[in-house]
Amino acid sequence: MSTTTAAPRYGRSGTTASRLGESLARTMAGEAGPAHDVLVIGGGGAGLRAAIAVAEADARLSVAVVSKVYPMRSHTVSAEGGAAGVIRAGDSLDEHAHDTISGGDWLCDQAAVEAFVAEAPGELLGLERWGCPWSREPDGHVAVRPFGGMRQLRTWFAADKTGFHMLHTLFQTSLRYERITRYDEWFVTGLLVDDGRVRGVVAIELMSGRIETITAGAVILCTGGCGRVYPFTTNAGIKTGDGMALAYRAGAPLKDMEFVQYHPTGLPFTGILITEAARAEGGWLLNKDGYRYLQDYDLGRPGPTPVLRSMELGPRDRLSQAFVKEVEKGRAIDGPHGFVVHLDLRHLGKDLITARLPFVRELCLEYEGIDPARQLIPVRPVVHYMMGGIHTDIHGATPLPGLYAAGETACVSINGANRLGSNSLPECLVFGARAGRAAAEYAAAAGSAGPPAPVRAQAADERRRLEGLLHRDGGREPIAAIRTEMQRAVEEGAGIYRSADSLAKAADKLCELRERYAVARIEDHSRTFNTELIAALELSCMLDVAETIVRCAQSREESRGAHQRIDFPARDDKRFLASSLIYRGAGGASRVEYLPVTITRWTPAERVYGR
Amino acid sequence: MADQIILQVTRYRPEREPEPTTQEYEIPLHEEWAVLDGLNHVKDHLDGTLSYRWSCRMGICGSCGMTVNGDPRLTCATFLTDYRPGPIRIEPLRNFPVIRDLVVEIGDFMRKLPKVKPWLIRAEDAAATDGELLQTPADLDEYKQYSMCINCMLCYSACPIVGLEEGFLGPAAIALAQRYNLDSRDQGAHERMDVLSTADGVWGCTFVGECTTACPKDVDPAGAIQRYKLTAAAESLRSFLLPWRPA
Repeated sequence: MSTTTAAPRYGRSGTTASRLGESLARTMAGEAGPAHDVLVIGGGGAGLRAAIAVAEADARLSVAVVSKVYPMRSHTVSAEGGAAGVIRAGDSLDEHAHDTISGGDWLCDQAAVEAFVAEAPGELLGLERWGCPWSREPDGHVAVRPFGGMRQLRTWFAADKTGFHMLHTLFQTSLRYERITRYDEWFVTGLLVDDGRVRGVVAIELMSGRIETITAGAVILCTGGCGRVYPFTTNAGIKTGDGMALAYRAGAPLKDMEFVQYHPTGLPFTGILITEAARAEGGWLLNKDGYRYLQDYDLGRPGPTPVLRSMELGPRDRLSQAFVKEVEKGRAIDGPHGFVVHLDLRHLGKDLITARLPFVRELCLEYEGIDPARQLIPVRPVVHYMMGGIHTDIHGATPLPGLYAAGETACVSINGANRLGSNSLPECLVFGARAGRAAAEYAAAAGSAGPPAPVRAQAADERRRLEGLLHRDGGREPIAAIRTEMQRAVEEGAGIYRSADSLAKAADKLCELRERYAVARIEDHSRTFNTELIAALELSCMLDVAETIVRCAQSREESRGAHQRIDFPARDDKRFLASSLIYRGAGGASRVEYLPVTITRWTPAERVYGR
Repeated sequence: MADQIILQVTRYRPEREPEPTTQEYEIPLHEEWAVLDGLNHVKDHLDGTLSYRWSCRMGICGSCGMTVNGDPRLTCATFLTDYRPGPIRIEPLRNFPVIRDLVVEIGDFMRKLPKVKPWLIRAEDAAATDGELLQTPADLDEYKQYSMCINCMLCYSACPIVGLEEGFLGPAAIALAQRYNLDSRDQGAHERMDVLSTADGVWGCTFVGECTTACPKDVDPAGAIQRYKLTAAAESLRSFLLPWRPA
């Protein structure tokens, strides 16, 4: 190629200074920033589905998506295995509901689960109509695969890049709707609340550093999870719990934050996910003796082919807990990055792996230098998903009027104490669409009056806070040092197994880190794409979210699903058949309350797998 | 003590300096570290002011494209040890305006993408209750490769035409148009032709093929473009010979 013509271009994006001046001038003049009827924060699966739902619900409404990354970079892109929705004859909505509810250790809101399983197939078919390249049966029908904790084959998939294809299908489809305005690479720093309702946000445009008030009739938070609160996670670098922190600070409660899912099969060092589909296709988990150890943990007997709801197709919480026990028994493999077990796909053969699990092979080759068709894959549990999140009702509405949430950042809860694999992608669709419709209705009724004086004052305060951070001189220690200590503290205190003691230590450490954060160093004072400023803002979100995880885990004196207390090893339905709700009180102190679980048709019972 | 390697990183801070400069950082050379891990080490331990994009660190989100020793690469899928003993030169992607340091402005692509209508077009919208549109595995294979584009912009960085012709749609946008044109469920190929069969569309491409070499996901945009040229040529011949026949 002719390298003389291929060069980066400097000084051509120079709109920065003029746009900044414009925005400052407007603010000085007391003018309002842009206004929309519905503002969606986050451009992943839930956010894009919500935006499309708003656009389709009411043609008069203005809808915008604000995202800190371009939508196609959103973490939905990393989802691999599939999306559950009843489609086959012989399956039933009731079975999907029962699998979900028992998988969630009876902490799911059963009314929400019933709505979810009923609407998931329609949403997946809708995506098919938008062009999603679902894997197919020879006769042209959509193919489905088994998945952990599911009694039937009901997991739709696009090879093992399901999230990637869903996200790009949603993003490309959203381009059809000219009325969807996008704020790509804008970071929302705060919600504006007046008279008990949400009126908009303050956000920074990364490219220019311009700080803008965007007012809205309704705001939908679709910002995903917070895996980066932990040191070892499948989550992308952007998963810092921003939306959870925004809602919490604005007075909305977070629900069930103590339930953190460890996926049993992550690659050591990177934490890159090896999809559950690898086990659904017939992969085995082996300890250092080559023994399928799950048979020792009440998960059934090993057979040559996968058996639904048994062994390697058990639920994620139980499999990750079994790993810890294997380490304790001295039966794990001591690797360069800690203990691992082996995922064995060799018997599946190269053809099946290439056809059904091409991304698994690509990731193993790239990041481990091994070919799963011939070699064992070292894996260990890795933080993957937050069952908890912003408390919403079945329509995605939070208790704070005008504020909605959907996807991983929300907690309806269809996932209870442990989410089943392949339920999260359809959750983004079903509840993204529901939140979009509900927010559209709310915004249409609320009308679009300009921002009242208190909102302008809040926006001015937020702007001063951000300018203060940007111009902070002489801070003490770098953001990354505090972040690393936070991650270690949360893992040690609120990992797969917790106790009053471990949690108390984590809580103390988080208090200390909060004080250190207040005087952290920010060396970068530039307005242009200042990623250090963003990292500082993200860390403050993570510190808030970490505190809610630890606090809720301290309060729940029982073991249920992904929350295992070694000092309270049994489930306690008398005290804790209830979701935790954590509120931020005045002065930042938190308060935990409990909301009894909605039971419709499935009485709490023992969770049974493999027998 | 681990081995060390030097990163020579392009810095550009438009508020401070009109021209880019190069800054050197010495970092540990770990076997499993991608170039991105090296940059994250710089950011976390050596210099918090370095700006670049990254997210999934598993080669699927498309954020972390940069020029590594002259080639467009995903830095999360490019490993330090492959450049031993160094130094490794890290620059922003070529053919794009630079916002700052290693961050380039991709707004031009984002504005071009909707022009090719990268969504499924049907003569009539059917309700989801009608069930799925059937598509055999062979039908799927027809367009599957072109659906794997992660919009990472490496092909735009590699393409000499993108650097010369501002209006050129570029490899990824054309490949995505073909992804829908070749989808058995799609009925919108004629709607895309007005944009694709132009000098800014496929006819702008001189088949250098660098896009396909650069693509980290084996999408083969060059193949998509050549294939479309045949379609477009056949179509224009047909409308010349049979003008009464609708496109």
